[in-house]
Amino acid sequence: MAHDSLYAAPSSSSAETERRTGRLTGLRGVLGSWDVAVVVALVVAALLAGVSVESFATGRNVQFLLLDLVPLAMLALPMTLIVITGEIDLSVASTVGLCSTVMGQLWLSSGLSLELICVLVVLLGAVLGAVNGVFVTGFGLPSLAVTIGTLALYRGLSFVVLGDQAVADFPASWTAAAVRDIPGTSIPVAVLPVLLLALVFGVVLHATAAGRALYAMGNNDQAATFAGVSVARTKFWLFVASGAVCGLVGIFWTLRYASARGDNATGLELTVVTAVLLGGVSIFGGRGGLLGVVAGVLLLGVLRNALQLADVDANALTIVTGALLVASVVLPNAVADVRARLHRRRQRANPVAP
Amino acid sequence: MSPEAPGADNAPLLVLDGVTKSFGAVAALRGVHLALHPGEAHALVGENGAGKSTLVKTLAGAHTPDTGRMALDGRPLELRGPADARAAGIAVIYQEPTLFPDLSVAENIFMGRQPLRGLRRIDTTAMNRDAERLFERLGVRIDPTRPARGLSIADQQLVEIAKALSFDARILVMDEPTAALSGVEVERLFGVARSLCERGAAVLFISHRFDEVFDLCQRITVLRDGAWVSTDRTADLTVDEVVRRMVGRDVSSLYPKQDAPVRGTLLEVSGLSRAGVFSDVSFTVRGGEIVALAGLVGAGRSEVARAVFGVDRYDAGEVRVAGRPLPPGSPRRAIAAGLALVPEDRRQQGLVMELSVERNATLARRRALSRLGLLIGGAERAEAQRWTRRLQVKASRLTAPVGTLSGGNQQKVVLAKWLATEPRILIIDEPTRGIDVGTKAEVHRLLSELANEGLAILMISSELPEVLGMADRVLVMHEGRVVRELSRAEADETSVMLAATGQGATA
Repeated sequence: MAHDSLYAAPSSSSAETERRTGRLTGLRGVLGSWDVAVVVALVVAALLAGVSVESFATGRNVQFLLLDLVPLAMLALPMTLIVITGEIDLSVASTVGLCSTVMGQLWLSSGLSLELICVLVVLLGAVLGAVNGVFVTGFGLPSLAVTIGTLALYRGLSFVVLGDQAVADFPASWTAAAVRDIPGTSIPVAVLPVLLLALVFGVVLHATAAGRALYAMGNNDQAATFAGVSVARTKFWLFVASGAVCGLVGIFWTLRYASARGDNATGLELTVVTAVLLGGVSIFGGRGGLLGVVAGVLLLGVLRNALQLADVDANALTIVTGALLVASVVLPNAVADVRARLHRRRQRANPVAP
Repeated sequence: MSPEAPGADNAPLLVLDGVTKSFGAVAALRGVHLALHPGEAHALVGENGAGKSTLVKTLAGAHTPDTGRMALDGRPLELRGPADARAAGIAVIYQEPTLFPDLSVAENIFMGRQPLRGLRRIDTTAMNRDAERLFERLGVRIDPTRPARGLSIADQQLVEIAKALSFDARILVMDEPTAALSGVEVERLFGVARSLCERGAAVLFISHRFDEVFDLCQRITVLRDGAWVSTDRTADLTVDEVVRRMVGRDVSSLYPKQDAPVRGTLLEVSGLSRAGVFSDVSFTVRGGEIVALAGLVGAGRSEVARAVFGVDRYDAGEVRVAGRPLPPGSPRRAIAAGLALVPEDRRQQGLVMELSVERNATLARRRALSRLGLLIGGAERAEAQRWTRRLQVKASRLTAPVGTLSGGNQQKVVLAKWLATEPRILIIDEPTRGIDVGTKAEVHRLLSELANEGLAILMISSELPEVLGMADRVLVMHEGRVVRELSRAEADETSVMLAATGQGATA
């Protein structure tokens, strides 16, 4: 580009800015209303379900709903940050599965205490996440490709660890603790650490220097680098965090169902990504917030729970999740495009004097 | 003024008359005249930003002129896109051709126009044979069946020329083709260009190398600030005369730097080298001083700045800040040591266009602004307000995306972002590129003020008046080396331009 002149640069990019700012004001409008729309949809879905599905608004169902939401909510937290930087981690469900089977195998044959095993499992998750991180940041490979690979790899390994058998003889005190309620309510205790974790991720994303850096690199990693952000290092640690959270979820999943199996959490990555995008995070990175994601998680959880109660079969559930995923990618872009087009038409109608 | 050169002896093939082209408020071409005659090589020279590239893009069909006429063989010509340019027989050879690396040379030449045989299958044999004939006509040996990957830049250009021949191009525009070529390769390219001229083609040759211009071309057109200055026969011109025409303009319209007390050395760069980009670059910048890094685009100035700041690595050499070595490859440490870099490309490197003015203005200060690790309580807003007020940034609100601001105001936000880090050394790459005159003067006044406050300023600029008006010292780079250091008294348009083009380079 040694021959680009003073004038060449503004030429191509002024049109570009016009397009982008057009899209941008559109997106802003959409996002402002997107959060609201998700919350409204959540309320409507909950009310409808409460009225029309007989057993939805019972204490017992609320307990089940919340327990079902724990893994989804936890995995959605690091996923939100990763997607905001413009990457993705599709290996989360398989990492949960591998952590679960390793936990079972260690309990079965190592003689270690369950406390120590839990620590080791979280560490294992972090290492599995670090493998993703090394491929993405060290070798500069697209995270989509890398984590599809480890999605298959980790799932395969989890069957290597336990074969098709299940480990189920965990101490009753532990398995009961995983599903216990806060005394006097039908809210599971497990919700508390999730809230704490959500608070931590929310603060990091929205009120720290690191959070600012995440948005910057998701929009323009070059400008972030020039501003002193260590893009590769930050992304690496996000994948490690994602892996460690997978370890936690693996422990919870195993104890809740009192079963360590190779197929634990299969397909959960689809639901996690859907919840994050439904929550208003842009798949292109740089946009979205944690409150929206929490609303997205709840909406998805309520929908799936209500449909399950209404005896809709599992395949239909997957169809609903998939459709929501596509819709949450397509809708904001479609609306933004329409707005950008309107914006351009307005500009053409009132040309600026040269 | 007539577009025709004195003593034109044959009818021109292609004529541009009064062509103008503006981008927003910036006029890139202002009434340019150009007449290309068959059988002649015609040089187009001018400073960075004189409008050469815009003219090339206009000929390539990438830009449509706002006003003015173009004519081919005396008939009006309208180029609505690259396909029109090709149909008109105009081919552009760029400095770095963009071939498909995994396709063969012949496939590259005939992309989209492959000879076919039955069932619309590509006739590879005929294609390779045709490619071979083209290379024979050019008198060069390139295997048509080999992949384009791994071809030297010189050979890639020849493939592009072969492609041009394959659709009977009669006008060959060569945009700084020799910048990356060795002496032998330049000779071979010129041989090809001359033989094309002998067959009646017209060549438009753009180069900063005067020896090549005078060697190859019969006519020279000079552009300055987008306007046509002169067209003359090469025989009637000297290098000095061409340089004078390229730079001749009023310097007094710029805000001059005030003298500031010079303090101790803050930035010391010694023996900095990066293979193939720059080599053995050494200089110092003292507090209170503005040192300009002048040179042509591509001389390696921005690359040096990026390496000093740690965005790029370097192979050898050392950077010291106030006497202490700065570890390479870490912008974060550079910022911590008191360096700031206002980069060349505002949109890609300086700002995150989608984020708000306030986020951009405080991005480099995000750590320093947080209390107990938290960024709450409006610390960013207050800081952004302070700096946008000092720099008089015009924005509807601080939460507006920075992409909605004008170029000048965007540049002010970049400046605010870096001044907020309270640097001791400010490296500023093209401080006034693409911004309006009023903001330009403001930026210049600000730089002068900052130097007065004791900052060491390294300014990279392609605008000579800016260099001459602002700099206490001028370092001139040519092809990756600092070839000349000029004091404020020694620096004038001619001395800088001569050194920048490699003439009389005595470092």
